[in-house]
Amino acid sequence: MARSDAGKLSLILLMTPFLMWIVLLIILPQIGIGYLSFQEKVGPRQYVFGVGNYVEFLSEPIYWNTLLRTAWMSILVTILALMIGFPVAYYIAKIARKRSRAALFLLCLIPLWVSDLVRAFGWIVLLRETGVISGALQSVGLIGGPVELLYNDITVVIGLVYTVVLFMIVPLVSTLEGMDNSLLEAGYNLGGTRFTVFRMIVVPYAMPGIVAGCIIVFMLTAGSYLTPILLGGKNSMWFTEQIYTQFITRYNWESGSTFGVLLLLFTSAVVWLGLRLTGQNLASTVAKE
Amino acid sequence: MNVAAPQSRFLRATYSGYLVLFFIYLAAPLVAAGVFAFNDSTFSALPWKGFTLDWFFGTTDPKVGMFHDRRLLRGMGNSLYIGVIVAALSVVVGTCNAFLFERKEFPFKSVLYILMVLPLVIPGVILGISILVFASMVANGVENGTGIDLGFLRPGLFLVIIGQFSFLTTITSLVIAARLRKFDVALEEAALNLGATRVRVLATITLPYLAPALFSAFIVGFLISFENFNTTLMLVGSDAPLTITMYDRMVKVGSTPVLNAVSFFLMVGSGLLALISVLAQRQRADD
Amino acid sequence: MFDLQGDSLTKRFGSFTAVRDVSFEVPSGSFFSILGPSGCGKTTLMRMIAGFEEPTSGDIRIKGTSVVGTPPNKRNVKMVFQHLALFPMMNIGENIAYGLKCRGENKVDIRRKVGEVLDRIGLPGVEEKQVSQLSGGQKQRIAIARCMVLEPDVLLLDEPLGALDLKLREHMKIELKQLQHQFDTTFLYITHDQSEALVMSDNVAVMKSGRFEQIGPPEQLYHAPQTAFVAGFVGDSNRFEGRLSARAGDEARVTLDAGGEMVARLGQEGLSDGAAVSVFVRPEAISAHATRGAAAADMVAVEGTVDSLLFNGANSRLLVKLDDGTQIESSHTTGAGAGARFAPGDRVTLTWAVADGLCFAAEGGA
Repeated sequence: MARSDAGKLSLILLMTPFLMWIVLLIILPQIGIGYLSFQEKVGPRQYVFGVGNYVEFLSEPIYWNTLLRTAWMSILVTILALMIGFPVAYYIAKIARKRSRAALFLLCLIPLWVSDLVRAFGWIVLLRETGVISGALQSVGLIGGPVELLYNDITVVIGLVYTVVLFMIVPLVSTLEGMDNSLLEAGYNLGGTRFTVFRMIVVPYAMPGIVAGCIIVFMLTAGSYLTPILLGGKNSMWFTEQIYTQFITRYNWESGSTFGVLLLLFTSAVVWLGLRLTGQNLASTVAKE
Repeated sequence: MNVAAPQSRFLRATYSGYLVLFFIYLAAPLVAAGVFAFNDSTFSALPWKGFTLDWFFGTTDPKVGMFHDRRLLRGMGNSLYIGVIVAALSVVVGTCNAFLFERKEFPFKSVLYILMVLPLVIPGVILGISILVFASMVANGVENGTGIDLGFLRPGLFLVIIGQFSFLTTITSLVIAARLRKFDVALEEAALNLGATRVRVLATITLPYLAPALFSAFIVGFLISFENFNTTLMLVGSDAPLTITMYDRMVKVGSTPVLNAVSFFLMVGSGLLALISVLAQRQRADD
Repeated sequence: MFDLQGDSLTKRFGSFTAVRDVSFEVPSGSFFSILGPSGCGKTTLMRMIAGFEEPTSGDIRIKGTSVVGTPPNKRNVKMVFQHLALFPMMNIGENIAYGLKCRGENKVDIRRKVGEVLDRIGLPGVEEKQVSQLSGGQKQRIAIARCMVLEPDVLLLDEPLGALDLKLREHMKIELKQLQHQFDTTFLYITHDQSEALVMSDNVAVMKSGRFEQIGPPEQLYHAPQTAFVAGFVGDSNRFEGRLSARAGDEARVTLDAGGEMVARLGQEGLSDGAAVSVFVRPEAISAHATRGAAAADMVAVEGTVDSLLFNGANSRLLVKLDDGTQIESSHTTGAGAGARFAPGDRVTLTWAVADGLCFAAEGGA
């Protein structure tokens, strides 16, 4: 039939760009760094297949310590972003009146479109030794001399939460908006207190949004580069910095690829675990917006 | 009565206070980055020394404004060039993907769908290095085999475009697919029934319906490309886009008010573009 | 003993008065309906009873105790929501157990009570099912069971049948009535559908613009409405607009706007001559005759042409167009003699007893 031939032709036409994109730009490059990570350098321009790069990673505490540090700080940032973002999302979705809801949501979205670089730069202007906050504190007489607020872990966490909290709020708002008030009314009507209604109705209802937000936030944090480097300084010990150093500064692509594979495996494992624990799946959570 | 809201006055006040603090937190660094672009001082710090536009239009040292700084201007040009190409490419492929996943049935569809959203959960740095590694492998292979040097596969504009395209396509696909999902196929059937050819139906019914989504996908793609740093950092050659140029300046020269000026420019520009995209989406909601 | 009493309840939102000066009493174990068009304030009234709105003035008493100021989760009135509000993230068993858990009952009791209430509503063993796996009628019963397991003093139902299709709605009317008997609990039912209210209720309050127009058993509302609104809203009626020209005892002589005159029974007191009035006549009170007979003194007779026959089983109607253009519906669809049927174009005479025509002050005019 001509009709089904046309259908097949259009399927092929649509499938080709998709496959080229996915295979050439996503799958093969990932296999590429996977392959490179198993190339041990045995002499100038001489490589053999082996796990030497991984052994080196494990035998060098500074490497795996950096990965662990990146990991727990990312988890901390994710939890903080959830705790800080949830009340804001709840307000926008459930409490604000129609007009102010749109305005507040827009307020939340505008910083989302401002480059990481500008945001990090803003924090530097505020927090450095000659910065706005140090200056303000001096002029009101709270401190005697200039104080350096950059280059410590707390600042890095504040900056990271700032960078990612909006990615938490957006999926939460879109999930909570779907929650009909009658569910809350039913919850109270059947005898629930504020706390039970929140725990047994609001949180379970928002769970897909919470999971989606946490996954995006965790990925962004663990893979972030600018904020930890600029706010944490040279000793921020962030894993992406190690990857950059291996690739660009030391030109050691083999161990850089190894680090890349490890970061990817690690973040995928956390995402997979999160999805498993909450019974969600990747396609429905991430692709929701 | 809104059962979702706190009922006691004290809780309501606490809640409002929290929101105010949150929005101050949100605005503070942006305001700080923007305001000092207008300070007539060579440091982007207090005290305030008076208003000036020199950091935008100044021509003499030490106050060379951003519009007279050759490297910043070149960076901006590169960003613009990269952004338009990447956005256009990813909208085209994203449209194909949207039709593929919304309209077609084929084996392993759900697996392929997961592959499509996967780039969103791969850190940008890793996308960058993997494309760098793969492109170099191909280039080395070709060079060793034939002696031809495929220069475009070495770090530079082409790889930056490819790298940004690799994850932006997921975003544009999702935006366009969401719109296509709401399309009532009966409209196409009605047009066919009235005697239109399939191509005409696509051109006169389906694509006009998708137009707002295509437009906002393009804007979103352009913005994300313009502001991308992580992927670009790994793939950049001598033609650095604005974010990389600005980062270099920050690390090597330290922060000068001209960077505030660039920040201000970026904020206003992206704010406007985001607003346009939101307005396009709002029109979409009307019909 | 009254399970629920409302005392001069008023609720204002800014300058808008949603409920004004409403009083009512619902006897224990009865089925009480509030019937009114959308926007009449019935939902606000129900939300005040449930505690989601505070009355501006007036009092609500449940089993004799005022509940004004009591938060919603401390009132022993349970509510079936318009779209049921079954919790989508819980299975059926968890939905029903929710209120018991909030009360802090122990697990063994909860499981037993959930099982018992599911037995009573005829859905044993569905605890593990998801809400989405049930049919519309089953969800309905689960929403009722979720409330009844808490043994409320009053069950509120907010147009719960609205989302169902017609056939199921007819079925659920009967089932709701049976459930009410079975649980022997006071039901307060809100609806804009008069047939739901008439079929199920012991008493119905007809509400309009925030006020109760009339409270009474369904038969009384149907046969002895007290206002033009009730006469028009409850059941089908033919309506004639006109002006009161003379009164004699309980009979009114009305000059019709379309021309001519009509005699009808006065439905309310205090109408003065010249007042704008409406006359209501039920279709089943009107008989149609192919030939003009001598009209009895206590009968009204009008002439017209059959426009069409609207067949609907037992509810079939004869649509007659009078010479002045007025359309009248009659339930009387067959002529004299077996097999004789009216056909469009036939001349007919319509008659009804004077006492079957009810005259009220026209709406908005009084």
